[in-house]
Amino acid sequence: MASAYSPQRRIPIPALASILIIFGALPLFASSYQISVANEILIFALLAMSIDVLAGYAGRTSLGHGAIFGASTYIVIYWISVAGGSPWIALLLGVLAATMLASVFALLAVRVSGVYFLLLTLALGMIVWGVCLRWTSVTGGENGIRGVGRPEIIADPLVFFYTTLVTVLIFSFIIWRFVQSPFGLTLRGIRDSESRMSSLGYSTASHMFIAFTITGIFAGVAGALYALFNNFVSPSTVQLSQSVEGLLMAIVGGIGTLFGAFVGSAAIILLENFVSDFTPRWPMVLGFMFIGTMIFAPEGILGAASKFFRSGWKKNRIKP
Amino acid sequence: MSGLNLIQILNGLTFAALLFIVASGFTLIFGLLRIVNLAHGALYLFGGYIAYSVTGMTGNFALGVLSSMLCVALMGVVLDLGLLRFVRGFELRQVLLTLGVAFVLNDLALVIWGGDTFSMPVPEMLRGAVRVGGGFYPKYRLFVLVLGLVVFLALWLLLNRTRLGALIRAGVDDAEMVEAMGINIRRVFLATFMLGASLAGLGGAVGGAFLTLYPTADAEILVFSLAVVIIGGRGSLVGAAVGALLVGLLNSIGQVMFPELAYFVIFGPMAAILAFRPLGLFGRAA
Repeated sequence: MASAYSPQRRIPIPALASILIIFGALPLFASSYQISVANEILIFALLAMSIDVLAGYAGRTSLGHGAIFGASTYIVIYWISVAGGSPWIALLLGVLAATMLASVFALLAVRVSGVYFLLLTLALGMIVWGVCLRWTSVTGGENGIRGVGRPEIIADPLVFFYTTLVTVLIFSFIIWRFVQSPFGLTLRGIRDSESRMSSLGYSTASHMFIAFTITGIFAGVAGALYALFNNFVSPSTVQLSQSVEGLLMAIVGGIGTLFGAFVGSAAIILLENFVSDFTPRWPMVLGFMFIGTMIFAPEGILGAASKFFRSGWKKNRIKP
Repeated sequence: MSGLNLIQILNGLTFAALLFIVASGFTLIFGLLRIVNLAHGALYLFGGYIAYSVTGMTGNFALGVLSSMLCVALMGVVLDLGLLRFVRGFELRQVLLTLGVAFVLNDLALVIWGGDTFSMPVPEMLRGAVRVGGGFYPKYRLFVLVLGLVVFLALWLLLNRTRLGALIRAGVDDAEMVEAMGINIRRVFLATFMLGASLAGLGGAVGGAFLTLYPTADAEILVFSLAVVIIGGRGSLVGAAVGALLVGLLNSIGQVMFPELAYFVIFGPMAAILAFRPLGLFGRAA
């Protein structure tokens, strides 16, 4: 067991480099449509990583990160197209709003764990969805808000793709550094035994609060990128299935593997595109995938090999 | 002015009664079986659609409601025996599995009934309005209010005054001991699961008449049920009643005062209660 706790100080150069090479070389042979799919994969990988930080390293499964992600998207598009402000400030405001929203979620959710945490984040996320759906004068209700396009410098799809790639890689490194830090080790301690950590003198509630808020930054960056990518936002961006897809990506990639999120994100988004060619029943396929994953492979594709995951997910069988 | 306020309070109370019917099934399954059934909202929607179809075909409201309860209870059995049995003991996997079921059911309902809004037809004797303190109030909504009270009483009696209720409560405390007494605890839990599911069906059938049925109705009722259970505390019948009253009244006040932010109004009390009682008003640590 001891090996599970020893920090891996080595920088994950192979993982980051392979992501850079695979995605970076894509434009050499891929069509513009395939590049936009790859772009989406990168954005959602960041969202899945933000969920994985909590699920894999702090033992808390969140269903509210889709709403945090979408809140950032809403703010960015609102600021650019309705308020007519600068897109750069919009990005900043979007991430800020997501972080603040995450801190509100965190304040309420830090004291509970296990199923209760999941329910609470689910309810909070759905309140965000309800507000976006009903507050028609600001959010445009079901019709959503259309953006006015990306700023000049990153308007070209290829340039934007590389911008996304670099941003996501930088944040991947930051997230990796975050979970390997002493703070991240404390989170793992809380995941494995909250009572032990608090009797050692750690304030588990404030650690969870900070961790949750920081994952809000990551989800917010993903949401802001998505605003630039999609140029449109509607309540479906903040709805539950967004959180569910993010979580499923993290699970498929392997909870606690962090970079598995790229595999999970690619698997889900490619499947979504593939299925959508044949049938509009994507929600049903997503549902069946979720059921299948839970029954047959809760440890995901990459996670099966990971020791981390095993101790993490078992600990998730929390008595509330 | 006071007439208007009375109407608003009645609106809140009738909504609370419906919420109680739905959320009591949710909290029953959550508290006693430790299963968080996120497909509860989808079961509500299915129940509503089934009741709508059956009532439309036969013209009989009661038959529609009964068939809805029966069908949804059967769906509960299939869910429990067909899927949840594979993940018993893993709380998180159970929850996420029911979430997957919710997605499948919601999409299935969209395939079968389409995306239109339906309103469950109300029987002749419940149509029209009665005089209430100087104003008129729809009879049907008062019927829902009474039904909510009846369900509360029936559930309380069931849990506290019958053999099945005693078995359920005993099973929660120590399932192995109950089994050692020669009782098939799985059967007891299955009965509870059916009961909880059928309450979702009842809610869908009854609520379909005044809230109407549409593809996202399941998500909306699920948020409200979650709020009720989070406020009231897991597995507490009284908690569900108090939570439903609070959420129902606040929602109707919110709709009058801030129509666009009505959702946000239930967030306030939820936050306040969680700050002091993380497990809800009547929640107990397991």
